[in-house]
Amino acid sequence: MIKTDALIIGAGPTGLFTAHQLKLIGLNCEIVDNLDKIGGQCIELYPDKPIYDIPAIPECTGEELTNNLIKQLKPFNIKFHLSERVEEVKKNNENWEVKTNKGTEFSTPNIIIAGGVGSFEPRKFSPKECEKFENKSIFYSIKDKTVFKGKTVSIFGGGDSALDWAIELSKDSKVNLIHRRDEFRGAQSTVDQMNELVKSNKINLFTKYQLKSVNGKDNLASIDIEHDNKEVKNLKSDYVLGFFGLIMQLGPIANWGLNIDKKTINVDTEKFETNQKGIYAVGDICTYPGKLKLILSGFHEGALAARACFKLARPNEKYRFEFTTSSKSIKDRLGIKE
Amino acid sequence: MPKITYIEHNGKSHTIEIANGLSVMEGAVQNNIPGIDADCGGSMACATCHVYVKEEWFNKLPKKEEGEDDMLDMAFEPKTNSRLSCQLMVSDQLDGLVVNLPEKQV
Repeated sequence: MIKTDALIIGAGPTGLFTAHQLKLIGLNCEIVDNLDKIGGQCIELYPDKPIYDIPAIPECTGEELTNNLIKQLKPFNIKFHLSERVEEVKKNNENWEVKTNKGTEFSTPNIIIAGGVGSFEPRKFSPKECEKFENKSIFYSIKDKTVFKGKTVSIFGGGDSALDWAIELSKDSKVNLIHRRDEFRGAQSTVDQMNELVKSNKINLFTKYQLKSVNGKDNLASIDIEHDNKEVKNLKSDYVLGFFGLIMQLGPIANWGLNIDKKTINVDTEKFETNQKGIYAVGDICTYPGKLKLILSGFHEGALAARACFKLARPNEKYRFEFTTSSKSIKDRLGIKE
Repeated sequence: MPKITYIEHNGKSHTIEIANGLSVMEGAVQNNIPGIDADCGGSMACATCHVYVKEEWFNKLPKKEEGEDDMLDMAFEPKTNSRLSCQLMVSDQLDGLVVNLPEKQV
């Protein structure tokens, strides 16, 4: 069991700056995020899109903002638990006990939820019977590509993941690539490469088709795909891969006894505490009268929640407000030598 | 004010007056219409304000801008008449618009 002064759920900009604020006032913290990388929505949804409303930064992309926040955290050695989702939160005396889907356990007086709109999960196929084959013949990510060797693989999607895997698997497998429209959102060079493979019959391309149903008893046998004009085609398939991108789902947070309203968590505006003592919510996931879903609001909320954490993490000490410009102890924490 | 009709997947219909300049998504959210999530708040960074627009209206709407179809690729059961309601700005021309909501957004 990992003991920490505060556990942050979510490694987006708000979670990162909250970690900075906690470390600055002398508290330790660790961060859990379901994504395999740091940055949250900034890195997953708009890494290349410019942002114009970060104070004192006239223009930066989601990726640049993330990199700068990581740089700002550099003096502090913060442990990230990526590709892990918090599943359980339970009260044990004064502390919260937290467990992730990978079995990592934490004991902490403070949990700060900086979870955006929830955790990113793959968009799945809508036909119900797909669930039966999930992780057996239907996948939304690839861990071991050797299983596809010599097999027929039907790949759905129009982005880079779908195209990259169609190209890669076409070397050793029979590949069908199915997309709901003629245009692909993947990189042009990848689209060109895919089109070459279609010309040389290495990839069978079906556009304006979507998955209608999957057939098979224990193992997947074939799939039916339907054209916009309702025409249906049956494709023999051993495996089906869906790459529709990631969607955000609130997930287990809904089960922690928090006061949730339309996917957001009610908090006070002094500590950004929820209806549960020691659980705070900051950034897009919190709501209060006047809430603005801006990154800068998340920074403010995180700074205040961090101060509130101090009370529960150091019950016998008194928090003293200090400026980074003048505080010796803050400079020590930042590793600045004068 | 223009009237917009939202029809939930279960058939329940809501006709609401929405001020010009708001998006069809904002109109739904402000009036608590179930079935429009709008997770990203209208920045065309998710696909959870997805609606279907009947053909006669679909062709009258301003065309999709770059990026909208990319997001619709990620939507739940996109069709040829799918739009993101955050990209549909309410104006007098849209008075009487009917949008159908998908079974779910996520």
